[in-house]
Amino acid sequence: MTKIQTGLRINGADHRLEADPRTTLLDALRHHLHLTGSKKGCDHGQCGACTVLVNGRRINACLALACMHDGDEITTIEGIGSDESRSALQEAFLACDGFQCGYCTPGQICSATAMLREAADGWPSHVSPDLNGPVTLNAREIAERMSGNICRCSAYSGIVDAIGQVAKGGVK
Amino acid sequence: MGKHEPADLTASAIKGGVASRQRHDSAHKHVTGTAVYIDDIVEPKGCLHAYLGLSTVTHGRLRGIDTGLAMKIPGVVAVLTADDVPGVNDISPTGRDDEPVLADRVVQFFGQPVFAVVAETRDIARRACRQVKVHYEELPAIVTYEDAGDTPKLVCDPLTLQRGDVGRALEAAPRRLSGDMRIGGQDHFYLEGHIALAIPGEDGDMLVHSSTQHPSEVQHMVAHVLGEANHSVTVDVRRMGGGFGGKETQSNQFAAIAAVAARLTGRAVKIRPDRDDDMTATGKRHDFLVGYDVGFDDEGNILGVDFTYASRCGFSADLSGPVTDRALFHCDNAYYWPAVKAVSVPLYTNTVSATAFRGFGGPQGMVGAERVIEEVAFATGLDPLEVRRKNFYGDAGRDVTPYHQTVEDNVIARIVDELEASSGYQARRAAIRADNAQGGVIRRGIALTPVKFGISFTATHFNQAGALVHVYTDGSVHLNHGGTEMGQGLYVKVAQIVAEEFQIDIDQVKITATTTGKVPNTSATAASSGSDLNGMAAQAAARTIRERLTDFASGFYEVPADQVTFLPNRVRIGNQEIPFAELVKQAYVARVQLSATGFYKTPNIHWDRDTGKGRPFYYFAYGASVSEVSVDTLTGEYRVERTDILHETGRSLNPAIDLGQIEGGFIQGMGWLTTEELWWDGKGRLRTHAPSTYKIPLASDRPRVSNVALADWAENREDTIHKSKAVGEPPFMLGMSVFHALSDAVASVADYRVCPRLDAPATPERVLMAIERLSRRARTDEA
Repeated sequence: MTKIQTGLRINGADHRLEADPRTTLLDALRHHLHLTGSKKGCDHGQCGACTVLVNGRRINACLALACMHDGDEITTIEGIGSDESRSALQEAFLACDGFQCGYCTPGQICSATAMLREAADGWPSHVSPDLNGPVTLNAREIAERMSGNICRCSAYSGIVDAIGQVAKGGVK
Repeated sequence: MGKHEPADLTASAIKGGVASRQRHDSAHKHVTGTAVYIDDIVEPKGCLHAYLGLSTVTHGRLRGIDTGLAMKIPGVVAVLTADDVPGVNDISPTGRDDEPVLADRVVQFFGQPVFAVVAETRDIARRACRQVKVHYEELPAIVTYEDAGDTPKLVCDPLTLQRGDVGRALEAAPRRLSGDMRIGGQDHFYLEGHIALAIPGEDGDMLVHSSTQHPSEVQHMVAHVLGEANHSVTVDVRRMGGGFGGKETQSNQFAAIAAVAARLTGRAVKIRPDRDDDMTATGKRHDFLVGYDVGFDDEGNILGVDFTYASRCGFSADLSGPVTDRALFHCDNAYYWPAVKAVSVPLYTNTVSATAFRGFGGPQGMVGAERVIEEVAFATGLDPLEVRRKNFYGDAGRDVTPYHQTVEDNVIARIVDELEASSGYQARRAAIRADNAQGGVIRRGIALTPVKFGISFTATHFNQAGALVHVYTDGSVHLNHGGTEMGQGLYVKVAQIVAEEFQIDIDQVKITATTTGKVPNTSATAASSGSDLNGMAAQAAARTIRERLTDFASGFYEVPADQVTFLPNRVRIGNQEIPFAELVKQAYVARVQLSATGFYKTPNIHWDRDTGKGRPFYYFAYGASVSEVSVDTLTGEYRVERTDILHETGRSLNPAIDLGQIEGGFIQGMGWLTTEELWWDGKGRLRTHAPSTYKIPLASDRPRVSNVALADWAENREDTIHKSKAVGEPPFMLGMSVFHALSDAVASVADYRVCPRLDAPATPERVLMAIERLSRRARTDEA
């Protein structure tokens, strides 16, 4: 199939991608641009390991075609923070042992980054008591909102604690 | 581990020593996405990609494989079939020659690898797989227990455990009942699927990066398949994205195919199946059909049990022998059966070959034991906890297992007593019963279940390990051992042990990838034995070097050896202290060898399978959990309201890591017994091959309230590494309390008069069917 050109702005840098239009955003990131932080778990949009941010919103990169995101601002785990500049969530995951094998962790952190913004914007979840009220991110809300990210090691208590700390402003 | 900083020469304790809550060694890489898994390794120049073609019939003769169309596709380099295997087309881990790399003449399950396409890209290889035409002559298939019939074909020899005269005990018992229980299997769903990258070298050499818990076996299998000596193959693995037993033998196939393709093409080859193919083509936890006949009295004392543990093992033996053996080894859980007989029936079926999964048959054995307890509780009207307690192992006369090992380290009564009190079990149970008596739609249930799990490989010779430690002239240490890292924190625990031995900060110890080239002939990282075995081996290696340093210091400074003491990051020699690195440098100049291997073999264990007697386990690990659930009796849906866990890990090497193992194990065990259902259709096709149809616990499935504690008073009475205990598998069985709490809630609809006899997994569908069954029974009884 003819390759097409797509312009992606990833972690603040511009990238030109020339690929089969059927290339998923995840494969574009991992195989074409060598940003391997985003992981392939199920490749079906069901495990969340490939979660990245597109214009600040979380999506499963395995379900998106790269060419659909021409001009979009994409943030991957590499853009969330590095060893020298970890985000508050990254610090909190470290402090709370929010992982075991680590394979789901980049997706968990990307997902949580966007989730905190959704909650701040007042988006209700399935367990929110009030559809219109402000969201209080208690453990139940966090768990519900993170239920698109499987951790097979079940480090969920650390994950929920870490996000809870950041939601409360407990970690800088 | 981070940037190299100068050691603190005045510290009162080292950083990251034994028993510290040292975080996972890769933690900082996990949160930034920089930890390298095999699919993240930069691909060698010209790397090819292989993809598997799977059988589309459940049992059949292969009448031909037509590769013509596929080979015409641009980018396709080769299509491999059984005929292309240069050595032996077999990867049976037990040498039975019953497990081909690629099917030869016959296919024995739906999804069995039949061929592999090798192409320039993974996409081309995948598409080309669709163009290979395989002709089958279908044969009758054995899929269910019923299909297996009365004189079934077995994949390996069955085992019988026997103590006392169970026939007489059952006949003499005041009361007796029998029944059976189905226990489902489980998919590992390691988030990182199987993957191998093979790179050919000179003189027939092959380097394989394999996501495996058993690099030595992969090495041996690849050599066997290539027709080379073991020394030609090196297998390397830095980390896995989860294993859980699914990468103990199942990695062999992918490594072998990558290696064969690399040999034939002379290029590097990577193979990574899609998730659906991974779930279809690789083995899972064994499902079981457990039959039981139990004799007991009105006080709930169990007098004799006769068990049959049948399992659909799939088309080949794989590890089914030791797995079904371990099920029998755990048919007692924490209970003394005065007379017992347990028989395994490892059935041949036309399904994927079942394999290792956390607990390795032990959980299924224990679920059978707990069903017997539950039956007796309902028959006598006693609280199941009271029946459990009455039948716990005890003092002499009540301390011998069905395999004639004496239980010497029993702490189950103390654990259960403490947990009963801390969880408020009795008061909560009374309140739940009172609430349920009101007859609402939502019913609650509570249960406390114990865990006793035997630690050691039951094949005694696997209980050995090796390590390699180098000290460089700047005092930094290179550590390698035979254990693999799959998230369980083995690497950091062993590094803590080495840091402790040298009394240096843990960041002075470099953790390195497991490789068959450094430590040979290793056992799988399995059976919860990783830190017990490799920790001891690494300690032995470090100790050898430390003793050399001590001898050197004693001679060089002319002080007695007992005046050389290793303090944090420094060494006291007589009246002076010098930095560890300084002593190392002096020792090097004096030509002291600063590299050593270490070796360990577990003492005092033996097992005679023919007589069913021995001491297969070095020790036991104990724990208990209480769970409370609510069940919607109109839909069968439920949630776990609260779980309390008390678990013992001896003197924990790392309480933070151990807590993670306990919580994670519990959730995974809960998933196995509740929502994770594998479903084969009438034609033997697995229909649950992705997380869309196979329900793995999510963050929102955790208990609403969760209290997890380590028994801080515990220590291993055996001489294990720093008196710790294994922690990988035992917590998995803590999930049983959720299953029994569901049963308790269901039983309320018939006023606790009828044992619900729930099969596992207790999906909402199965819970609802049990509610309907019990409700009907209650109405009939009233009429």
